[in-house]
Amino acid sequence: MNPIRRNLARALAAAGMALFTIPVYAQSNTVKVGVIGPFSGPFAHYGALFKAGAEAYVANQGGKLAGKDIEFIYRDTGGPNPGQTKTMVQELIVKDKVDYLGGFVFTPNALAVAPLIQQSQTPTVIFNAATSAITEKSEYFIRTSYTLWQVTVPMAQWAAKEGMKKVVTAVTDYGPGLDAEAAFKAEFTKQGGTVVESIRMPIATTDFGPFVQRIKASGAQAVYTFLPGGPPNLGFVKAYNENGLAKAGVQFLGTAETDEFDLQKLGDSALGLTTAFHYSGAHDSPENKKFVDALKKRDPNVVANYASVGAWDGMYVIQKMMEATGGKKDGAKALAAARTLQWESPRGPVRIDAKTRHITQNVYLRKVERVGGQLVNKEVQSFGPQGDHGLEAK
Amino acid sequence: MNTFFNILIDGLAYGMVLFVIAVGLSVTLGLMRFVNLSHGAFAMVGGYCAAWLTREMQWSFWLAVPLAIATTALLGAVLESLVLRHLYRRKELDQVLFTIGLSFVLIAATNAIAGPQVQLIVLPPLLAGSVDLGFRTLPAQRLLVIGAGLAVAAAAAWTVTKTRFGIWLRAAVDHSGTASTLGIPIRTVQCASFAAGAALAGFGGILGAELMPLEPYYALKYLVLVLVVVAVGGMGSIAGSLAAAVLLGTIETASRYLASDWGSLFFFVAMAVLLAWRPNGLLSGLAKR
Repeated sequence: MNPIRRNLARALAAAGMALFTIPVYAQSNTVKVGVIGPFSGPFAHYGALFKAGAEAYVANQGGKLAGKDIEFIYRDTGGPNPGQTKTMVQELIVKDKVDYLGGFVFTPNALAVAPLIQQSQTPTVIFNAATSAITEKSEYFIRTSYTLWQVTVPMAQWAAKEGMKKVVTAVTDYGPGLDAEAAFKAEFTKQGGTVVESIRMPIATTDFGPFVQRIKASGAQAVYTFLPGGPPNLGFVKAYNENGLAKAGVQFLGTAETDEFDLQKLGDSALGLTTAFHYSGAHDSPENKKFVDALKKRDPNVVANYASVGAWDGMYVIQKMMEATGGKKDGAKALAAARTLQWESPRGPVRIDAKTRHITQNVYLRKVERVGGQLVNKEVQSFGPQGDHGLEAK
Repeated sequence: MNTFFNILIDGLAYGMVLFVIAVGLSVTLGLMRFVNLSHGAFAMVGGYCAAWLTREMQWSFWLAVPLAIATTALLGAVLESLVLRHLYRRKELDQVLFTIGLSFVLIAATNAIAGPQVQLIVLPPLLAGSVDLGFRTLPAQRLLVIGAGLAVAAAAAWTVTKTRFGIWLRAAVDHSGTASTLGIPIRTVQCASFAAGAALAGFGGILGAELMPLEPYYALKYLVLVLVVVAVGGMGSIAGSLAAAVLLGTIETASRYLASDWGSLFFFVAMAVLLAWRPNGLLSGLAKR
């Protein structure tokens, strides 16, 4: 049904109900969820993935959560834009009177709204932003994505266990990159390994050849890398292959570099890349199959990746909070329910850590393989449930 | 010593990529004096055509590239004869605003048609591998870029200085009224030159895609790099652009080997120093026009 007809039908239904239920307690039957993300500009695909994941979840539950209709209100932040995000969220809380908030791709945007959600007691589910400190800023934050520490620490432990002694880190020179570098260094050194060189690559780098030559010259057995998605990712992976690093015995250790969104574009150069991450589109479970089918039903072009699964699980958390509060706005009660959640997500068994309100989940070791013409992240080993090592480290 | 050779080789390769991407702008901005900020968008169109032909249509790289370049030239010619020619006599600010607007339109169109993902041009097996230089390897594609860059520089310089068309072009730009009185077909010359600039942009978009991957924001993302090369090289000097591209490419590469924590600082300091030293172009002291 197209949106106009659906709205029309909804309006008619509402009018019909209004006629028959006038004397009854006038309680709204709609719960409003504000979703904050980039819906235009260079990061617009994140917004599209949030929207697809969240709406597919509601559709999969039969269009209603906890017996209530869900009204999504989307707000476009463009990019990292804390000032504007704060204004938007204030408007959502005060004017639109949203019951829940979700989304957030960029850490600064999430940090900017912490005082607002704290004061208005609005439960806010982070679908993506991955800096450890966010959930400490307000007790109404819950996170269904991951943090760099969460996926990097098991990677470093695995590298040490595989007998690697010397590793070089090569990260993009900005916040998350430095976070990743610190996480790997801390854990790998603790395990008895040595980080022989820490290369920071400027964010505007286009030619990764020189960095790859430096990695080769460092004599390391592996390179741990962190790159923002899109062009830098592609450039680094290509340079890694073209300069013969794999052949020279320097293993690739990454996290989100082989994300499903860009993966097909990497082509054969991605084959064999090793990453540690919490979600693979190829995760073999009935829950994941349900998730992928629901996404494809909504739009065949949408990819199942960490952003869409973050939104999907985020909506699960919102559903459970709605059930706990009977659809009424009660932030404290909702959060009390969220802190105890434990469920089977498309990514595997997960739970919300009662103290940090961050998702505890399995982290998997994956290798890129070609299955039926498509490149997939094949999970080869599970590191078991991991909390947010970033908060523990402090 | 090894690092030194590495810097020279990677610097030359990177510089040539910069040159191949910038040479089209050297024609439209430098020779035609038309502030064409949609240059990146034309490069993107060329690259996307090549990516589509090689990946979706399974064409051979060697066939797809000429066709993609021809398509970009055609688009350039059509836009020039319909819209852009009205801008030649307008102020620079009008040209800047219009061509930036055109870039936004092409970005949005690309996003709507092809989606936001990066696009890959499928390379033939000959170019996909790497070449062993003894002490290190170099991607084979870079050898093609270096060769093609030198060929384009020679061909463009020869066309501008030695052929009748080049004389017409310079006459038409310097004083179109007089040129027209002398029987030079000004409109044809302008349209053909702009189409050639667009074709070179498309060519650069294709060959440079290995380092500057194609995506909708390509049109604006690398514009600064390209403008720097043309400005340092000097307006309308193809050889100057080549020298500027290789010099700046080598400086940028050296800073990545030796001082990557400083980001692109050295690149832009070099730009400022070179512009202060030779404001009319790197080779302006040598060329007697």
